[in-house]
Amino acid sequence: MAYVAHDESAYIPPAEVEEVELYHPKTFIGKYIWSQDAKVIAIQYAITAIAIGLVALVLSGVMRLQLGFPDTFSFISPGNYLQAVTMHGMIMVIYLLTALFLGGFGNYLIPLMIGARDMVFPYVKMVSYWVYLFAVLLLVASFFVPGGPTGSGWTLYPPQSILPGTPGSDAGIVLMLVSLAFFIIGFTMGGLNYVVTVLQLRTRGMTLMRMPLTVWGIFTATVLALLAFPALFVSAVMMLLDRLLGTSFFMPAIMSLGQQLEHNGGSPVLFQHLFWFFGHPEVYIVALPAFGIVSDLISVHARKNIFGYRMMVWAIIAIGGLSFVVWAHHMYVSGMNPYFGFFFATTTLIIAVPTAIKVYNWVLTLWRGNIHLTVPMLFAIGFVFTFINGGLTGLFLGNVVVDLPLSDTYFVVAHFHMVMAVSPILVVFGAIYHWYPKITGRMLNDTMGKTHFWITFVGTYAIYYPMHYLGILGVPRRYYALGTTDFIPDSAHSVNAAITIAALIVGAAQIIFLYNLVWSYFNGKRAGGNPWRATTLEWQTSDTPPKHGNFGSTLPLVYRWAYDYSVPGAKEDFIPQNVPPAKVAAAKDKNKK
Amino acid sequence: MEKPWATETGSVVRLPPWSRSPHPPARTALRMFLAVVAVLFMLMIVAYGDRMVFPDWRPTPQPALLWTNTWVLIFASLAFQWARFAVRRNRIDGMRVGLLAGGAATIVFLVGQILAWQQLQAMEFFDISNPAVAFFYLITGIHGLHLVGGLVAWVRTVARVWGDFDAARIRRNVELCTTYWHFLLVIWLIVFGLLFTGDNLNIVLKFCGLR
Repeated sequence: MAYVAHDESAYIPPAEVEEVELYHPKTFIGKYIWSQDAKVIAIQYAITAIAIGLVALVLSGVMRLQLGFPDTFSFISPGNYLQAVTMHGMIMVIYLLTALFLGGFGNYLIPLMIGARDMVFPYVKMVSYWVYLFAVLLLVASFFVPGGPTGSGWTLYPPQSILPGTPGSDAGIVLMLVSLAFFIIGFTMGGLNYVVTVLQLRTRGMTLMRMPLTVWGIFTATVLALLAFPALFVSAVMMLLDRLLGTSFFMPAIMSLGQQLEHNGGSPVLFQHLFWFFGHPEVYIVALPAFGIVSDLISVHARKNIFGYRMMVWAIIAIGGLSFVVWAHHMYVSGMNPYFGFFFATTTLIIAVPTAIKVYNWVLTLWRGNIHLTVPMLFAIGFVFTFINGGLTGLFLGNVVVDLPLSDTYFVVAHFHMVMAVSPILVVFGAIYHWYPKITGRMLNDTMGKTHFWITFVGTYAIYYPMHYLGILGVPRRYYALGTTDFIPDSAHSVNAAITIAALIVGAAQIIFLYNLVWSYFNGKRAGGNPWRATTLEWQTSDTPPKHGNFGSTLPLVYRWAYDYSVPGAKEDFIPQNVPPAKVAAAKDKNKK
Repeated sequence: MEKPWATETGSVVRLPPWSRSPHPPARTALRMFLAVVAVLFMLMIVAYGDRMVFPDWRPTPQPALLWTNTWVLIFASLAFQWARFAVRRNRIDGMRVGLLAGGAATIVFLVGQILAWQQLQAMEFFDISNPAVAFFYLITGIHGLHLVGGLVAWVRTVARVWGDFDAARIRRNVELCTTYWHFLLVIWLIVFGLLFTGDNLNIVLKFCGLR
């Protein structure tokens, strides 16, 4: 891009050429309920996602009680157990993580970080939240209908997901599918908003290659989601038609409970292809925002520029592209042409290259950095450890011959929890501790934060490390009870009990986090505008929390990238993106004198 | 290539030229949305082909009415193009005629599709459990729903082109509508040509060695 040189003493064209049409509400309802301010909508998204996430957390406790202490709790029947497994998975992946990263952090951070007043289509953004809330309510409703929610596993594989005998095959599965369809419609509205905002509302000087990696991560994940969710949408609609109208997209000719059903000629494997064409990019829809956010956390709290910024951006894009050509590695046991298996194993392993680039760059950013072990930094470092652990087991499972014996065992459960559950959640926590001061104007309590971190971090290892061993023993996932089986020793049962105790402790530790959120809102130390001494634009707003419109009367001008930390000779160890070069030069001259 | 890490400290401010796109955000959003819709239909076509390669595939009778409907949709698209030409030349009457003709033809197309549904349903060998039949209803239904969505935007545009109106805004709306209709026509020509007339997808699959 050709730059235009301006003498700084001369007139610089104003950063603002047009006032974005803003909806300035006056009433409480207009401000906080039917709000069109991206920041309020972000908080609405976050509260809804965390609330439904807590339901999923409780469900995981139910599962662990059954697995750790079978035959102890009469209220957990085999059907209830399967329902808990299903709803835990679906809620955590879609309704919590996707919504929180894109709807929550996306709405809050994109306009602030790129120097925009708001999202480009405020009304559409508001509607996207309410559609999301409706989808969540439909999901919650499935707990209260006859038969309860679906218990077919989060992958909803047909034919069993809609056959009698599977828990929730009456109304539960219908509500789940309709809820997913609405979630996708709502997300598409929000997603178009994020993409167009990043492409068209960046402030002057904010080139794509000056954007913080957080925005790159959320932007790329949004593009992925826009292109991947149609697969889930169409499979949900097709299964709904199979269930309600008797079509046979996925239902083969089949006997059920001694009766020949009317279905004829459907392909269950077709559903798996469609589901995983969405399902694998979904992993990166959750991971890429986490990658971006953690890059910024590490850079800020190590007071060092991110290592290999341009490589980090291209790695995000490469991972996004590759994520669309690996889906069938979830289906090695479904049967496929061996050449396909070879192809998908190869593409899966190739993803390790850009991912490893990112991991090395995080570590190299930390190397000789001025590391501040703040709570966000602890979570960021915790993420790097956990992601490496989860990623390495992915190399095992990406290979067909290793995957076949490990498929549907606890090894898989351990792998995906490390890589796409615990890792992103650690980033979510880190990000909340990092940006809470901007959102509320107050710091979160440090002692509670550190207690929360250590219990969560160590606790998750106590939960998921032993699961790898259970998996290698061959202990199958999704079983209500293991019973007496030759290949499962008694020690496996003891391990299961230990895992349950660890899981309950980690679950209870989240109360500290929730309490901290509320306590600090009223009693936390006042944060000021830029407590972490960070360079990005959200920390340079005139008000904290930022008002509707984000940046006073004039939008900021951006002169540099987001990672000018510890620049030699500079007065301070950070130079915000909107500080002009002459000011930095003046400070340098002063330092020399 | 841009080197974002090169810290600038001189007295000269180097700013990229104003980078805001000259195009309205709605145009970018529409293009992105069309990419999403393209993926949706691509997946349905691939799913159709995936199911078709199995030996028990039973093709459906193809209602001849679909040919008429196709011509009607082509006419609708041409009418929108006429409206676009007219609005660019400030010929407001021509734009109104194009818009009204395009919308009316779209409604005729949708009615024609419903008639085609009924024709198929009335056939002797109609069997909803036949995947080919179900795919026909699914794909034509989702295509029709997209047109209904387009008609909502069309109604909002038509309501604004009488009396005093913002010419730039109307021009933008007409251009967006035209793009959308052309896109849905292309989608229809692909699904109609490949799946619902002749034996074309079968030929493609045989050519690829899949059948």
